[in-house]
Amino acid sequence: MGDPLGMAITHAIASGMGGMRAAGDLVARMQIARGMKIDQAKQYVADKLKVSVADLTDPIIMNEVREDLKLGVLHPHAGSPKCMEAKFNIARLLDIEINCVNRFKEKAAL
Amino acid sequence: MGKIQTRYGDGSPVELSEDAVRRDLEEGTQDAAQRGNIPVLSKEELQHLFDIFSSPHRFVGVAPGKEVVLSYDGTPIKMSRTQVNVDRLQCLQIYEKLMGADTLELGYPDYSFKPIKSMVTYEQPLLEQVLAVTTAPVFYGAMPNLGLYSQPDGPFPNPSELLPQGKIDEARASYEASVEHAVRDIVYVSSALYESGADAIILDTVGAAGDADFLAALMATEVLREKYPGICVELGMAGEFVLGMHGEMTYNGERLAGMYPQDQVKAAEKAGVTIFGPVVNTNTNQSTPWNVSRAITYMKACCEVATIPIHVNMGMGVGAMTVHDHPPLDVASRASKAMVEICRLDGL
Repeated sequence: MGDPLGMAITHAIASGMGGMRAAGDLVARMQIARGMKIDQAKQYVADKLKVSVADLTDPIIMNEVREDLKLGVLHPHAGSPKCMEAKFNIARLLDIEINCVNRFKEKAAL
Repeated sequence: MGKIQTRYGDGSPVELSEDAVRRDLEEGTQDAAQRGNIPVLSKEELQHLFDIFSSPHRFVGVAPGKEVVLSYDGTPIKMSRTQVNVDRLQCLQIYEKLMGADTLELGYPDYSFKPIKSMVTYEQPLLEQVLAVTTAPVFYGAMPNLGLYSQPDGPFPNPSELLPQGKIDEARASYEASVEHAVRDIVYVSSALYESGADAIILDTVGAAGDADFLAALMATEVLREKYPGICVELGMAGEFVLGMHGEMTYNGERLAGMYPQDQVKAAEKAGVTIFGPVVNTNTNQSTPWNVSRAITYMKACCEVATIPIHVNMGMGVGAMTVHDHPPLDVASRASKAMVEICRLDGL
C-alpha cells in the first residue's frame, strides 16, 4: 500500500542502491542466488566488477562499468546488450545461476 | 527549547518539544522491549534517532555506504490503483527504468495464491515476457490468505463463527484443513512461476489469518526448497506478533502463536526461507518518533539473530510508516534512514 512517490520512490532515494542506475540489481542477485547478507553481497559484486564498494551506488561510475561489462544500462545504445542479453552476461560475471537465463538456454537448445 | 515538526502514526502533523520527542523515543523502545522481551535501544541509538527527527530538512537519507537492496510487494497494484493505465509489464519497466528499483515484483490484483491457481497459465506467459524485457531480478508475489479457505469463500467451516460458539475443536480442525489446502495451492502456483523463470517467490502478508497462515507459508517453503533447491523464497509477515487463532500449531517443536520477529526469523530459516521480511505495526495514536523507536527495537533484535538477509517491511502502516495512502516524505524518509542506519539489515 501507499502511493509510489510516498513509498517506493522515497525508500529508493533515502535508502536504496539505485537499481540499474548503479548496481542495486546486481547486489540483489547475490541475496537471491546465495542468500548473502548486504555487506558480503556488496563486496562480492565489487570484487567481480573490480570497483570499490562505494562505487556500487555511484551512477556515473556504474554506468561506465555496466556499459564496459555489457551488464545492461538505463539508456542502452543501439546494439548494446539489454534485458535477457545482459542477464546472460550478469550470470557469467557474477558466477551465479539465473533461472530465466537457464530456461532461455533450454528452450533455445543452446 | 526548540520545537520539532513531526507527525502522528496516521500522518497528521504535530509540533513537539525536544523533551517530548526524547520521551516518545524512550517510551517507544520500552514498549517493544517489554512486549518482545528484548533489549531497549542504547543511549547512543536514541540520540541518533533524536538527531534524525530534529533535522530541519524536509527529506533525509542514509549515509553513503549504508544503502540497502529494495524489494516490493503488490507492485503493479499500486500503479493500477492510481489509475495509470499501463499493463503490468510496463509497470515493472517503469519501476526498473524510472524509479530506481533494485528488484521487480509481478503480482495479480487479487493478490492471493488461491485465486491465482485457476489462472496461473495466464500469469506464466506474462511473467515470461516480463523476464525477456527487464534486467533486474523479477519476484512473483502473493499471499497465503488462509481466510479464503473458510466459508463462504472456501470449503471449510468458518473459525470466526465457530470460536464464539465455543466450538474450539471444530475451529482448530478447520484451520488444520485450510493449511493443507493452502500449502498445495502455494506450491502449485509457485512451481509454475518458478518453472517459467521467476527469480524468486514472495509469500507476502504471512500470518494475516494467524498461526495457521504462518504454518502454511513455512510448510510450503519447505516443499519448494526440496523440489527446487536453488529457489529463492522471500517471506514477508503481516504483523509483529503471530496471532494464536488456532493456538497450538507448532513448527519444528516451537509454538507459532505469540512469536515476535526474533523468533519468527528462526522458524523461517529452518523452513529454508532465503529472505525474511519482518513487520512492526504502526500505532496511529502515537507520534512517529515513538513508532520509529518501537519498530527499530523489534527489528534490531531480529537482525541480530538472523543468518539470512532481512528486508524489513516499510510499506503503509508498518515499520513506523504512516497509516495513510500518501505517506508524507518528511517522516517516511526519516523512518527509512533510521531503520537502515540502526538495524544491521539487508534491505527494505
